Amino acid sequence: MADVLERVTKIIVDRLGVDESQVKLEASFKDDLGADSLDVVELVMELEDEFDMEISDEDAEKIGTVGDAVNYINSTK
Amino acid sequence: MILAGKAALVTGASRGIGREIALELARQGANVAVNFAGSEAKANEVVDEIKAIGREAFAIKCDVSNVEEVTEMVKKTIDGFGKLDILVNNAGITKDNLLMRMKEEEWDDVININLKGVFLVTKAVTRQMMKQRVGRIINIASIVGVSGNPGQANYVAAKAGVIGLTKTTAKELATRKITVNAIAPGFITTDMTDKLSEEVKAEMLKQIPLARLGEPKDIAKLTTFIASDDSSYITGQTFHVDGGMVM
Repeated sequence: MADVLERVTKIIVDRLGVDESQVKLEASFKDDLGADSLDVVELVMELEDEFDMEISDEDAEKIGTVGDAVNYINSTK
Repeated sequence: MILAGKAALVTGASRGIGREIALELARQGANVAVNFAGSEAKANEVVDEIKAIGREAFAIKCDVSNVEEVTEMVKKTIDGFGKLDILVNNAGITKDNLLMRMKEEEWDDVININLKGVFLVTKAVTRQMMKQRVGRIINIASIVGVSGNPGQANYVAAKAGVIGLTKTTAKELATRKITVNAIAPGFITTDMTDKLSEEVKAEMLKQIPLARLGEPKDIAKLTTFIASDDSSYITGQTFHVDGGMVM
């Protein structure tokens, strides 16, 4: 769990240029982390690469917060 | 050479305008994946010509209206070149008929290849281009997509659709430095226009201020410019290359 969160956090910090302290599980990519729709698509792409998985468009649409991403990745492991 | 080291994918590149675009991209320095749907021998000729110029090339069979085949084609292209800088959506067919006689199948076939195909291939390359933070997508539309043309309801609707798709894609991808433009050729001498009757051709010639038919290279030259780094401030546009037919 911690490992997944760490890796996800690093991607979010790199991609969105936010401070690590802002990346909380309940943080919404769009509302709290300043991402636009395309940023979220890109984040999902990077998560796919980082965790060597494919996230379907349907599942990707459900990922709105940092916690959603972490839970999704953990649920597929 | 304005495209030295670039990697390109051209759909419908075995014949006509697509063939000339593939060759001109190569002359300007690009390596080219040559897509074809039916004419494998012709596609291989284009590959051989590109290799003779000194660039890398390979032929890929793919029906652009089939999502699995499209995914595979784009994957092979990126695997082959290690990147993808330029996509030219050129593949297209005609199934002309008067609206009142047009069969649903004729409508669907043309929309599927000429419009849905552009959507599918564009979607498939976007991931790579977004990662690269650079890309050029060039859609070959048609002047009839702007002006309308009797007997081509399906083709005109598809090409007008491509122009709208070009603008939306341009807006969506602009922040990632991917430009998306359309070229709307007029009456260009190819296998496709050879099928038109002499009457139709004579009538079209009357409407061309520059008083000649276009050549595939008229389209290919503009394509290479739009594909180059020099065009980085141009996106969402539709360029008429039609001898002045539609102004």
